[in-house]
Amino acid sequence: MAIKAFDEMNSGTDGSVRVPYRSVADWLARTSPERVAATRAEVDLFYRRHGITFGAYGAAEGAETTIPFDIIPRVIAYDEWQYLHKGLSQRVQALNAFLSDAYGQREICRAGIIPEEQILMNGEFVAMAQGLQLPGGVHAHIAGIDLVRVGEKDFYVLEDNVRTPSGVSYVLENREVMMRLAPELFAAKSVLPVADYTEELLATLRSVSFSDGHEPNVVLLTPGHYNSAYFEHAFLADEMGIELVKGSDLFVDESRVFMRTPRGPQRVDVIYRRVDDAFLDPLAMRPDSFLGVAGLLGALRAGRVNIVNALGNGVADDKSTYTYVPEMVRFYLGEEPILQNVPTWRCDRADDYKYVLEHLSEIVVKEVHGSGGKGMLVGPTSSKAEIEEFRALLKARPDNYIAQPTLSLSTCPTFVNQGVAPRHVDLRPFVLSGKKITIVPGGLTRVALKEGSLVVNSSQGGGTKDTWVLAPDAPADGS
Amino acid sequence: MLSSTAKNLYWMGRYLQRAKSTARLIEATQRMALQSRGEEAAGVAAIFGMEDEFRQSQAQGQRLASLIDFLVLDENNPSSIVNSIGAARRNAREERNNITVDVWESLNALWLELTARLRGNRATLDRGALIESVKKQAVMIFGAAAVTLLRDEANNFLQLGAFLERADNTGRILDVKFHLLRPDGSPSAEGLDYFAWSELLACIGAVRTYRRIYRSSLHPMKVAELMMLRRDVPRSVHHCLWMVDLNMRELAEAYGTRGEADRLAGELHARLRYARIDRVFEIGLAKFLGELRGDIGTLSDEIGRQFLLD
Repeated sequence: MAIKAFDEMNSGTDGSVRVPYRSVADWLARTSPERVAATRAEVDLFYRRHGITFGAYGAAEGAETTIPFDIIPRVIAYDEWQYLHKGLSQRVQALNAFLSDAYGQREICRAGIIPEEQILMNGEFVAMAQGLQLPGGVHAHIAGIDLVRVGEKDFYVLEDNVRTPSGVSYVLENREVMMRLAPELFAAKSVLPVADYTEELLATLRSVSFSDGHEPNVVLLTPGHYNSAYFEHAFLADEMGIELVKGSDLFVDESRVFMRTPRGPQRVDVIYRRVDDAFLDPLAMRPDSFLGVAGLLGALRAGRVNIVNALGNGVADDKSTYTYVPEMVRFYLGEEPILQNVPTWRCDRADDYKYVLEHLSEIVVKEVHGSGGKGMLVGPTSSKAEIEEFRALLKARPDNYIAQPTLSLSTCPTFVNQGVAPRHVDLRPFVLSGKKITIVPGGLTRVALKEGSLVVNSSQGGGTKDTWVLAPDAPADGS
Repeated sequence: MLSSTAKNLYWMGRYLQRAKSTARLIEATQRMALQSRGEEAAGVAAIFGMEDEFRQSQAQGQRLASLIDFLVLDENNPSSIVNSIGAARRNAREERNNITVDVWESLNALWLELTARLRGNRATLDRGALIESVKKQAVMIFGAAAVTLLRDEANNFLQLGAFLERADNTGRILDVKFHLLRPDGSPSAEGLDYFAWSELLACIGAVRTYRRIYRSSLHPMKVAELMMLRRDVPRSVHHCLWMVDLNMRELAEAYGTRGEADRLAGELHARLRYARIDRVFEIGLAKFLGELRGDIGTLSDEIGRQFLLD
């Protein structure tokens, strides 16, 4: 079933090119197909030579692939970005307030807005994190908020990622590549730069140290190079000039965390961890974890080390909590939400469940804790057999699923084998929260390379694009 | 810097140097095999401590070819060139943030080239071209390290690994080959097989160097002196141990502490610096080299202990 989608380049009045895309359209028109083919080959080589790889789940162990990069940029006008920036700041502020509350007094439950079991019975709830006073009250220091666009003025939040969102290295590398390939597009300085992300990230991490007596030592904790996002971990540590550590590089002594160095043990104050909660501390969480550090949670509770993002953030970003986020904005900030949620049916509610079962072929059904585009059903593009198979899963555990209408995600012109064709895209801006909120312009645009596909996840064969936010005074024709 | 980083860089240096030394050794052996009726392959097998297996394993004509495959390609040989480059790349990959893009790119490019070559048909695989590119690109990688790496502790550990490995490689080649050519250990030039002795120099790429330094015909004592004691020959044991000592001193200065590894590095350096080749032959080259190689191994262990690399 084909859905008529909003095309970000060609949906101007009378099918003309929309203003923000004019310079891109001109560039496409005057660049020969041979040049484009050569450029695309260059891109692949660049990514391989730099070892910018991604081990997709399910691929052979250690297998390294590159995420396809599409050379046609995705463009956001300045006023659109201003609106998104406001909405994102507001949403992340509310999520942080909720996390402080969820691990504190749970006022929002007392006020009757969110049932307490929504928090306490959540599989992602970490009891050991209760009552912790974190620096600045920040829990979600780095948030990736997935947005989709369905019309000229219509953006929706698809999901919040406040555990260990990844992908920001592609934002930075894609821009590097794009500037190398088509420097003429940037000559007019009409695209807002993104390269200061790592500077802002480091400032954010340093600002949330418990210690105020000495210069905080910040490290990045990675599960190691078999992790699919290892490239990103190394990249970010490198750009920030901090140590990239594995669990075995750290140890805890008298509630202080140290790293092993040739000159002896050195104190660690802030850990930007890219290891999941369950693996962080074999003494407190999974005893079979080799990725964590024994005693780490004790050091956290003693106020000797801060862990970023905080533990237990999963209670705020699963797909059933998602439905409460607009209420969180009203409750904690006393404001009306700027960014809209996608209307969502919760299968643990009888009425919603009934509706979902009757409309499986029209809607999208997702696992509450699912990620990476797995464990979901896109009704309109699924076969009868697939739908019936999914129906059985849903019936077995209704409370494990939510459903949403099938959104016709906006499309962007994209290079495919047959030439240039529209493909669906989403957008993941990265929101940094420390002493202040910082959002680098744009974010990661993911594109579903298969015709008609709405699944943009890189583990499901999605690609990425450079994402431009145009400067406020950018000339519309790019000259 | 983390201890695990020191360890990865140290081993990256060792593995890369190992691949490079092996490539050069095979090349010299192949050239020699075309010019002499001697048992070059057996000599090479002995350098890798597998002479007996080698003698039992293959029909005579096949021996050299299968030995080369063992040294270059064999997945079960942890020191084969392909495994060494793979190990060096794994070490480098974990330290992407502690090496420059130039070092990473050149090493990664070599690895990509090797894996691309190996994907093809083994029967038609051009071993010569593969060895040639390992030799060439290893030089490029060390060159990239020399001109782009920050001169800090990370660089010291990379250098330590590379020079310790190189000292060990040169010492081993000299030890084994000298014994094969002069089983009685005497440095006499009588009845000298020109091709065999120049091949020994070729193993460390020093045939022309010999001419430049001595301006005379090949003499076993001078060959041994060049490979062992000449500080100005970059692959001599002395040069390598000088570099090891230098890097150890820089670390001691940076860390403000010294240990057994520092003492041993200084002692080894001094031993070669003040040695005289005629005295070495009085003691016996085999004995001298045997002790030296043992001490190089001990130094490697001490470095691991002192800097928590283990």
